[in-house]
Amino acid sequence: MLLIDCPWCGRRDQLEFSCHGQAHISRPQYPDRLSDEQWGDYVFFRDNPKGVHYERWVHTHGCRRWFNAVRNTVTDEFLATYKPGDPVPAVEQ
Amino acid sequence: MRDMKYSIFSLIRNAFSYHQGWQQAWRSPDPKSFYEVIIVGGGGHGLATAYYLAKECHIRNIAVLEKGWLGGGNTGRNTTIVRSNYLWDASAALYDHAVNLWHSLSQELNYNVMFSPRGLLHLAHSVHDLQEIGRRGNSNFLNGIDAEYLSPEQVKKMVPFINLNCRYPVLGALLQRRGGTARHDAVAWGYARAADALGVDIIQNCEVTGFDIENATVKGVRTSRGDIRANKVGCVVAGHCSVLAEMAGFRLPIESFPLQALVSEPVKPIIDCVVMSNGVHAYISQSDKGELVIGASSDAYNSYSQRGSFNIIEDTVGAIVELYPLFSRMRMLRQWGGIVDVTVDRSPIISKTPIANLYFNCGWGTGGFKATPGSGHVFAHSIAGQDMHPIAAPFSIDRFSTGALVDEGAAAAVAH
Repeated sequence: MLLIDCPWCGRRDQLEFSCHGQAHISRPQYPDRLSDEQWGDYVFFRDNPKGVHYERWVHTHGCRRWFNAVRNTVTDEFLATYKPGDPVPAVEQ
Repeated sequence: MRDMKYSIFSLIRNAFSYHQGWQQAWRSPDPKSFYEVIIVGGGGHGLATAYYLAKECHIRNIAVLEKGWLGGGNTGRNTTIVRSNYLWDASAALYDHAVNLWHSLSQELNYNVMFSPRGLLHLAHSVHDLQEIGRRGNSNFLNGIDAEYLSPEQVKKMVPFINLNCRYPVLGALLQRRGGTARHDAVAWGYARAADALGVDIIQNCEVTGFDIENATVKGVRTSRGDIRANKVGCVVAGHCSVLAEMAGFRLPIESFPLQALVSEPVKPIIDCVVMSNGVHAYISQSDKGELVIGASSDAYNSYSQRGSFNIIEDTVGAIVELYPLFSRMRMLRQWGGIVDVTVDRSPIISKTPIANLYFNCGWGTGGFKATPGSGHVFAHSIAGQDMHPIAAPFSIDRFSTGALVDEGAAAAVAH
């Protein structure tokens, strides 16, 4: 079982958290100017790396707040967690 | 080259020589420098593709490249369930094409894949579930797929030890009699043996590390056993499809998640059908060895680790014990995870790609095994011809920009 370091609550059981996929995707500023391909890319296409992944988690059964995490998708090891808006931590690839 | 047909006569003939005369089921050739078609991925879908390319499309210069061993990925990690009672027309056509091929597959391959159309139940635990199976059953009728609605009493008749009045009472079920199970390893081995007999080179321990691409056209692959040129390349690598797509320079609308399953100690025959439940997230059948084969929902985070979290197993086993209190003292023998490639609409991608002559067959997510023969068949014809096979056409990657999704999320066996 993984322990996850919630930036607000500290280390808690993985059971309390849910993952919501790739982080740092910003909604296009002018959606009406996008082509169908660009809009489809924003809505459906995701990074799916074998290795370091920046992703969003929410502490569903805890403080219910969102945060970002850096995790290795091969080992499932959490490399860092940080609050939304915080600078993206550099991790060794 | 192998020329031995498996039959009762070859069994008797070999018995006289103490079964010392059996030949290898397929060769292990070194890769040639050029193939007309290279299939990346030696699982069921990839081997089926190679077989139908050789058999029906008359292409003989084919290689299947597998980084590990045949069927060592999701082909050997699933819960072996076969069914085709999908909601949408496009999915019904694809999965029922597969079920039709399943029924004669052992004869076709001269290899016992132990396909057992033992019937498959989807339980309903709420008014919504009842409406869903009613809608899906009617949709199945319209597509010529068998579906029967069962009352709780009829469910009890099929599975006498089920606890109908559990935490989420069983209110009915949808039955597909043509559904069932097959022996997953045998599917890979049967296709491998049959493809090999048609001259397909099956090359194991050969990992693809890159593509040779010129003018947006694929010219070959780079592998751990050297570069190999090819006219066409088809990738069928399940959980690792995003990794291969990245090598080729494009992205896929896919995320890879772990999906776990487990089997119990073997016991005498007790359950002679497959029972699935969306509502409480568990499905169960019994293998011919006697093990209860139990499936779970996927872990909802990206991972390539081929293992999942314990809480998923706990939830699944909890649901199984609630539905079948009889199993509460069963011991579980093995548990494992596979990496499933999940699309947002829970339907596969069988498609051309931005790179000419490079084809992808992926995104089967949590339910690819059942489609193995159909997937290989339509993918082979799509690679060999100019246009995609008509059954495969709706599953183009273009649907993620046109919006013509095949949204099977609500109709899949187990919610994702």
